[in-house]
Formats: sequence, C-alpha cells, structure tokens
Amino acid sequence: MRASIKPGAPMDLAIGPLLFNWAADRVETFYARIADEAPVGTVYLGEVVCGKRQPLLQDALARSAERLEAGGKTVIWSTLALPATPRERRLAAELAADPDHLIEAGDMSAVWSRSPSPFVAGPLLNVYNAPAAEELARMGCVRLCANVELPLTSIREIAQACPDLELELFAFGRLPLALSSRCAQARMEGLHRDACRYVCDRHPDGMNVATIEGEGFLAVNGLQTLSHGCQLVDVPVEALRAAGVSMLRLSPHSLDMVAVSHLFHDYAAGRTTPQDLALAIEALGPPGPLVSGYLHGAAGARGIDARATP
Amino acid sequence: MTAARIPALELVCPAGSPAMLKAAVEAGADSVYCGFRDETNARNFPGLNFSPAELRAATDWAHERGTRVLLALNTFARADAPDLWRASADAAAVAGVDAVIAADLAVLSHMRANHPGVRLHLSVQAAAGTPEAISFYAREYGVKRVVLPRVLSVEEIRSLTPEIAVETEAFVYGGLCVMAEGRCALSSYASGRSPNLSGVCSPPEAVSFTDDHGERTTRLSGFAIDRLPAGEVGGYPTLCKGRFRGGGSGEAGYLFEDPVSLNAMSLLGGLAGAGVTAVKIEGRQRGRAYVARVTKAFRAAIDAIGRGESPELYESLLGDLAEGARETTGAYRKRWR
Repeated sequence: MRASIKPGAPMDLAIGPLLFNWAADRVETFYARIADEAPVGTVYLGEVVCGKRQPLLQDALARSAERLEAGGKTVIWSTLALPATPRERRLAAELAADPDHLIEAGDMSAVWSRSPSPFVAGPLLNVYNAPAAEELARMGCVRLCANVELPLTSIREIAQACPDLELELFAFGRLPLALSSRCAQARMEGLHRDACRYVCDRHPDGMNVATIEGEGFLAVNGLQTLSHGCQLVDVPVEALRAAGVSMLRLSPHSLDMVAVSHLFHDYAAGRTTPQDLALAIEALGPPGPLVSGYLHGAAGARGIDARATP
Repeated sequence: MTAARIPALELVCPAGSPAMLKAAVEAGADSVYCGFRDETNARNFPGLNFSPAELRAATDWAHERGTRVLLALNTFARADAPDLWRASADAAAVAGVDAVIAADLAVLSHMRANHPGVRLHLSVQAAAGTPEAISFYAREYGVKRVVLPRVLSVEEIRSLTPEIAVETEAFVYGGLCVMAEGRCALSSYASGRSPNLSGVCSPPEAVSFTDDHGERTTRLSGFAIDRLPAGEVGGYPTLCKGRFRGGGSGEAGYLFEDPVSLNAMSLLGGLAGAGVTAVKIEGRQRGRAYVARVTKAFRAAIDAIGRGESPELYESLLGDLAEGARETTGAYRKRWR
C-alpha cells in the first residue's frame, strides 16, 4: 500500500539502456566497471534506438550481461522502441517471449508478445494516467518507468491508483524526446539510412543541435532526438518517495557514470541535498546544462540553477 | 479489369468546425472526422472544433446525407483530469458518431467497458505500425481499424494488411509529422505543451516573431526555430520543420525535414491494391475552402479509379495548396531508405 511509504523506504538505482552508438569494446568496458564499481541494483541492456546497430553489439552485450549478473546486478533486456523490419520484429518477439529474463517493453509490439508474463513498461510507452497504467498492470506490467513528459503530480496519481506497480523515474541524462523512422544524422551527411556508414558513432552523447542563434537546443542520436539539456531530479528524495517513486534511472553518458551513480546513491540515502547533487554533477561535466522542467509541469528545457539558494 | 475486384477507397476528410464538416460532406466525403473543443483531441487550436451539442446536430445532418462521422479523442488523458476524457467519450456515444478514434489505453478501456457498441479506430497517435502492435489493440480493445503511421511504404502496407484482422486507414494528403506520431515531445520540451499532453504541437501562444535587418526570426518559447527574408511566407512554424545547426556546423538547415506536404493521389490505386480500406486528408486547422477543394479533387480521383482510369489527371489540381508549396509522396515510395 502506498500509505505505508515511509521515510527511508528503499530507493533503488538503475542504469538505463545505452542510447548511443558506442563501439563494442567501449560498451564492454563500460558495463564491466558498472558491474564492479557502481552501487546500482538494476541494469537495462539492449539496443532500443536503431535496429541496424543491434548486430554490432550482440556479443558484447551477452558477455556484459554475464559480467553484470556475476556482480550481483539484475539485468533487464530492453526492446527496440520502433521495430519495423521483419528482423527487428522477430528479435523483439524472441526477447519478449523468453520467460527466463525480465524485459522492458519499448513499444506495444513487445507487450503483445510478452503479456501476461511480467514486464517493465519503458518510458517511451505512452502511459500518461492511472487508468492506462492499470491496463498495463492487468497485462503483466510490474514496473513503469514514467514517460519523461510526466510531472511528479501525475506520477503520484498513478502510484495512488496502482499500489502494486513499482514506479521508476528518469532521473539523469539527456531526455529521449522523439523517434523517427528517418535518420536525421544520415540525412545531414547526405546518406541514406540503408547505407548510413553508422555515422552516429561519432557522437557518444548525441550530436549537438543548436538554434540559428547558436543556442544549444537538441541532440540527434540516429533515429532519436534528445534534449540538449541534461535531466536531473532537483527535489528532495522524500518528495520522490511521497510521489511513489522507488527507482531512479540513470541514462548512460560519456562522463564517469560510476561517479554519477555514487552521487545518486548518497542522494537516495538522504545524505546529499538536490543542490549538492546538482553541483557535483556539474563538476563531472554533464552533456548539457542541467534541466528539470518536466518534473514540475513546465517546459522540459527549464534549467536548474545549482548555485541558487534552496 | 482489376479495379472491379478492389472495393472503392473510403474518403475520410477533416472537419475542424461545423461549417467545414458541411463543406466536406457536400464535396463528396464518405466520412468526416472532428473533435471536441478542448484538449481531448490533437488539433486543440483556438477557434476550432465542436461542442457536444454541435457534434450531435452535425452527426444527424451528416447521417441524413449518408456520411459517417468519426470523433477524434486521440490525446492522452491528463492524470489529474481523466474525467474530461471520459465525459468526451460519453458525449461522443450520445451524439451517435460512427466511430471514436483513440490512442490512450485509458480512453480505449473506457469505451470498451462503457460503450461496447461504439466502433473504435486506433489513432495514428498510437504509432502502431507492426502486426504485433496492431493485434494488441485489436485483441485488448476490439479496435476495428488502424490509422497507419506515416512511415510505411506501399509495399510495407501490402505485406502488413494480410497479417492483421482490422481495416487500415492511410493519410494521403496534407501535413506530415517527421517524428513517429504520438512519440514526440519536442514541443513540450520547448513550450511545456505537446500533442500527447495538450493536443497541440508548437502552440500558437508560444510562437513569436522578431524582425531585424530585413529578416524575420520565428521563435517557440524563445528558441529561434527559423529565419526567413521578411515577406517570404512559410508554413505554420512547427518545431521539427524549422532550421537548426547540427554538429557544430556553421550553416543552419532543415535538419529534420524540408517543408514539404504529402500528396499521395498518384498512389491511390496502389494503396487500394495493398488492402487499404480508407484514405485520410489531414488538416482540421485549414478551413472550409481548403477542405472543399481537396475533398472534391480526391473524390474525383477515387471515382476515376473506380472507372478504371488513372487518378494522376487530378493531382496537379492541388499543388498550390501545399504548405511551403512543395509536395512529396512521403514514405509511400520510401526514397530515403
């Protein structure tokens, strides 16, 4: 029951699926460090953005999964957000049908293949209210990572209506804002997607997109558009607990993610204020200015001033 | 003759107001689609849409003329106000509409539980483009038709239709989303409002213009999204159709999409052959004269196909109407893959 949420109730940490096209050896090194050094309980693995990247990482991810599990982490396989080709559909269906692993559904195709077995509903599924969350819970959803547009007040409404559903919050990283079946990155290089030469691998945190006036605005990651700003929760951890959140998702970026997860570990334990968290994250070199507007029902780009007095 | 074996395409036209509904019906629409005057539909713009009483009267009027009325209830219910969406669903049932077009699981489950007799169409905002996703909505909510995402080619539609047990509806004319519909938060990132949250993209109250040195800069909540020589007319300033600088390049360009408009009239025969049931015109925000002209042209083209003639004769009729005055066949020929 939500009424039983107490100060000090667990607030687990998860590493979200890697959104960017990193080389296989870099991926393996990254997850090896997470396995050995990061104070997180859960790691989501899998290519969620572009089906063309899937074959490049298959072996590295399989080895990473073993390493992470040996390190005591729970591995959850994330499915592609926009499956389209027969191969992409088959891969998603195979993942979803595997009863030995928990999956994160990236679209309703995965829910169709998975239900009624348990699954995590990813942030790219359109769940905006309690009745929709109840529908997914009825079909086997055990945890919902809230859509990034949702304010904390909406997350609280969902938590109150669905006491058995775990709620995860996208707490760190560039916000996944949009998906397309066209690749803006290939388009910029004058390439077709089918012969894209994997140009997205040049941008480990996404390619910065500025306005005509040079203001940082968005970031392109192949088929995906992200925010230029870097999301960071900026409310006391007790406010998250009160809204029913029990897990924080840290989305991988090229800065020191082990250091990021240690900072969040202290924040989740109530040892670090949101202001100190923001200052420490800023010192690590996040991919863009810190933003948090969505959590407060404002424009997502609204920034955090880490130096402002609380 | 092959045309005789393929049923005629149903022509589905936009009705942003009662006057526009009348214009579409008189111009030959088989079906019209409209929404209530609030955030429950994806064209929540000032001055558009219907009150419950207007919808009821318009539905009666259209039914007397043999035209179907579809009600778009295709945004996602706000967590703190699901009753607004429930009330709209109930009002649609009372008005006697022929189908409700929805994307939100909350709306679909409410309809199934409370109005099992009302036909459900899956909105393009649900972004269901695979047999698995479409089958999910058909099994769980009894959806009878899916409005296809605007990313499938004719060939892909041809292989999709035999795999699903529901009708398909395909956009053939008007504005195009660059991003997967219903999975785009660019507008709310800048302005706080988006199609999923509030039924608007790049909301008019967040748009402003500044003139400087003979150029006009368009802004969305302060972010400069385009710049044109003063006096040059652009389309509605939608964020994804603006100009940006990518990857530190000095030059600003149409990073996501050139300002083009969909016209798939030449592909109507191919779409029918691919198993498509209905074709849809976008543009509830475009006005009465617009809908009359586009509906007439597509009526003529569909009737021509019925007589075994080519619809291409009618294609040039609409060239000057396109936003930015340039047209594309979109994904249907998939030149960009």
